[in-house]
Amino acid sequence: MHIPDGFVSAPVATVGLVVAAGCVAGAVKATNKKMGEKQVPLMGVLAAFIFAAQMLNFPIAGGTSGHLIGAALAAILLGPGAAVLIMTCVLAVQCLVFQDGGLFALGVNIFNMGIVASFVGYYVYRGGAFLPGGRKGVALVSGGLAAWLSVVAASVACAVELAISGTVPLGVALPAMAGVHALIGVGEGAITVAVLSLIMATRADLLEMQKA
Amino acid sequence: MKFKWWHGALIFALFLALLAPLASSSPDGLERVAEVKGFIETAQGAVFEVIPDYVMPGVGNNAGATILAGLLGTLILFGIGYGLAQALRAKR
Repeated sequence: MHIPDGFVSAPVATVGLVVAAGCVAGAVKATNKKMGEKQVPLMGVLAAFIFAAQMLNFPIAGGTSGHLIGAALAAILLGPGAAVLIMTCVLAVQCLVFQDGGLFALGVNIFNMGIVASFVGYYVYRGGAFLPGGRKGVALVSGGLAAWLSVVAASVACAVELAISGTVPLGVALPAMAGVHALIGVGEGAITVAVLSLIMATRADLLEMQKA
Repeated sequence: MKFKWWHGALIFALFLALLAPLASSSPDGLERVAEVKGFIETAQGAVFEVIPDYVMPGVGNNAGATILAGLLGTLILFGIGYGLAQALRAKR
């Protein structure tokens, strides 16, 4: 869902850069001096994993592909502030080094896949704690739902930005973007659940850190 | 040096980068919508290029060039993520 330059207008790109910069500053403030000893390598491997996994486009219906965003997974493991920072690092490197996502569109891309996806993922996951059932099962179900909804929410934000830019009417962009990303989100949910169950089986303590 | 859990996790991420040539080359969700809804032409090229499209320039073999780009990016992000977390670490 990396927006190239040209899809969004200059005002939308500019507002995106300003909003993203403000949110990243807030995320730095919120996480500063709170990073625990175990979270330092976790943040490194999460950024590395999300970058590598984002290269692996999987096919969905109709000659279309999708790839992991990873914001929901990062938010579940480290909280929304750290997730925003991780996604910003991934998106900035993708933009500056690999020319994936436009330079002027970096702000809107950070907003959609970093900020919107992280916060939606985080709060859906936390909200899932009210579901009945065993703790592990609940964590996996709410983790999968959080991942799915984070992708759909990011695609809705993207559609709105395209519409405000005058690129494509909202009535056209919204159902098209949300529809295709409802399918891609299933892949996001599956990968997120797989990683969460792997962590539960090997290092369950990493999952408990967010409860504190 | 003792083998720690995150060494395994980093190796796993690097292993994923090795699989990058197997990724689907179909357009992604946004590109697909842009094609079908007729605004794909509004996309502009990059202002500058370093390793465009995850293909390391100057490498003849395309799969190899993709793998190299993937390994490099994965290591860069590990370094940035680790360094940033280190900077934000709780002081004792």
